[in-house]
Amino acid sequence: MEAASVPTPAGLRRTRRFGDRVGDGLLYGLTAAASLIAVLIVAAIIWRVGEGAWPAMRTFGLGFIWHNEFNPVTSKFGARDLIIGTLVTSFGAILLAAPLSIAIGLFLSELAPPAIRGPVGTLIEMLSAVPSVVIGLWGILVLAPFDAQHVQPFLSSFLGWIPIFAHGQDKIESTIFTAIVVLTIMIIPITSSICRELFIGVPDELEEGSIALGATRWEMVKSVVVPSVRGGVVAAIILGLGRALGEAIAVSMVIGNFTPLKLSIFEPGDTLAGRIANQYQGAVSNLHVASLIYLAFILLVITFIANVLAQRVVKRFEFQRAGGA
Amino acid sequence: MNRAAEAGATVAAGVAVLALGVLVWSVFSRGVHALNWSFFTKGPAVFGQTGGGVAPALVGTGLLVAIATAMALPFGVLTAIYVSEFAPRRIAEQIRLWLDVLNGFPSIVIGVFVFALAVKTNVPVFGWGHHQSAIAGGFALAVIMLPLVARATMEVLTLVPNQLREASYALGVSKWQTVLRVVLPTAFGGILTGTTLAIARAAGETAPLLFTCSLAGQLIDTNITHSMTSIPLTIFQYSEAPDPALHEQAWALAFVLIAFVLVASVAARVLLDRSRKKLGLQR
Repeated sequence: MEAASVPTPAGLRRTRRFGDRVGDGLLYGLTAAASLIAVLIVAAIIWRVGEGAWPAMRTFGLGFIWHNEFNPVTSKFGARDLIIGTLVTSFGAILLAAPLSIAIGLFLSELAPPAIRGPVGTLIEMLSAVPSVVIGLWGILVLAPFDAQHVQPFLSSFLGWIPIFAHGQDKIESTIFTAIVVLTIMIIPITSSICRELFIGVPDELEEGSIALGATRWEMVKSVVVPSVRGGVVAAIILGLGRALGEAIAVSMVIGNFTPLKLSIFEPGDTLAGRIANQYQGAVSNLHVASLIYLAFILLVITFIANVLAQRVVKRFEFQRAGGA
Repeated sequence: MNRAAEAGATVAAGVAVLALGVLVWSVFSRGVHALNWSFFTKGPAVFGQTGGGVAPALVGTGLLVAIATAMALPFGVLTAIYVSEFAPRRIAEQIRLWLDVLNGFPSIVIGVFVFALAVKTNVPVFGWGHHQSAIAGGFALAVIMLPLVARATMEVLTLVPNQLREASYALGVSKWQTVLRVVLPTAFGGILTGTTLAIARAAGETAPLLFTCSLAGQLIDTNITHSMTSIPLTIFQYSEAPDPALHEQAWALAFVLIAFVLVASVAARVLLDRSRKKLGLQR
């Protein structure tokens, strides 16, 4: 690329073949047009989804966000419990997945014997490619009955006095808790393989230096390894969060698709993406369709914010690295 | 403290690996039973009969992924060429940013977008519009593949040593010839890797197909202006059916899907290693 800016001697320019000038222009035009279209697709998605949601926006306004009823029969729509459901399942999953992912990353980069580092690391990385519908299938047929029979009664026998862990008499299979576990399993491969790469990338000199100063392995990890890649870890977690927020299929298979929300996580619930996946085909009126698209629009805004946040964290982190080194 | 922390990390890693192992094992152990010849070659059984297969879903996914790749690959590679060979730095950064944003969009939103764009629209052009079709579904998958292909290609293009480009210019070769004959062939392995991973991702996506390509009959249909069924959608529908025989078929399909995805990512890994080696030798 540098060489292109070297000035061509005047004598040569005239002898340049006509075909080359056309070819250069053509390739430039083609590639620029493709890039323009790629960026325009993003704009088109935002515009189209906004336009589709417009009838519902006009009817319900911003009140859509904090009204709760979602009833096609009375044509009253609101998103409150779906937004809460989305946030609860995603943040619940992140709460479980973040420490586990960091632990896996540390285990695979610092603790594990070399013979299992490679294979296990590769395995986890490949598991991030397992389609969500497969995880959902496992969730609905294996995990949900197991949760209802064993895990949920067990947890609520300890924590049942806290309302969010309260457990009724029935063994309910499709619950928010099951959705949280499914989402956790979905995002762990993504976040843990990023964490692993980050931890491996920490310069050996730093690690050896702190060991030489008498630090234990835990102290080294706590004071050298984790701080030097903190931004990357946060970005990885936000990336996982984005994945969890937007997941429709796996969640709608296990969560029970039910609002209004109850206080306990051992009861059914629903999320924005799950509701869209579930009701879109059977939508009864134009307002119903528009309301579902309004849900998609809210989801778009939430994930957009998460994305931009992740990128800013990465930028700041890179800047710190460049400046602080 | 040190001991406790080490044990904690090991246990946590063990638990997570175990959970993932259980997941893969249950799919493999349950799925293997339903696999037989008619599973791959026949359509779904008529109501009341046993047996039957999922051939339409296999054909459907093949076609959808082919359509998506045909759309996403050229656009992705051209965008990457523009960003790494032509664009000024600020524009390149902007394009990268928006590709990342596109990659972060939930796939169900992309499904809604394509529905609003292609299925609800009133003017049918080339079998496009006003109804669900494999073209619409393939387009939705292409939107998901585009940022993956483009980002992977960009990364491998930046790995191509500048000396190669400079050597080519020094021989008097024009820019477009350099890009097409020197840069792209060198980066070919990496582009293939990125595309393979993107295909593996697209083949397993359900949400974008839900409203764009889901209503389908029981027979193999290769007309891409028709809607057709696909592997992930069939798993989704069968999993909520009350019939245990359909559950078994869903497991078998999940097995096929996972096997495909894992084989694809192993292949991608091998390709990547080979292309890295190639680039390393030339440096």
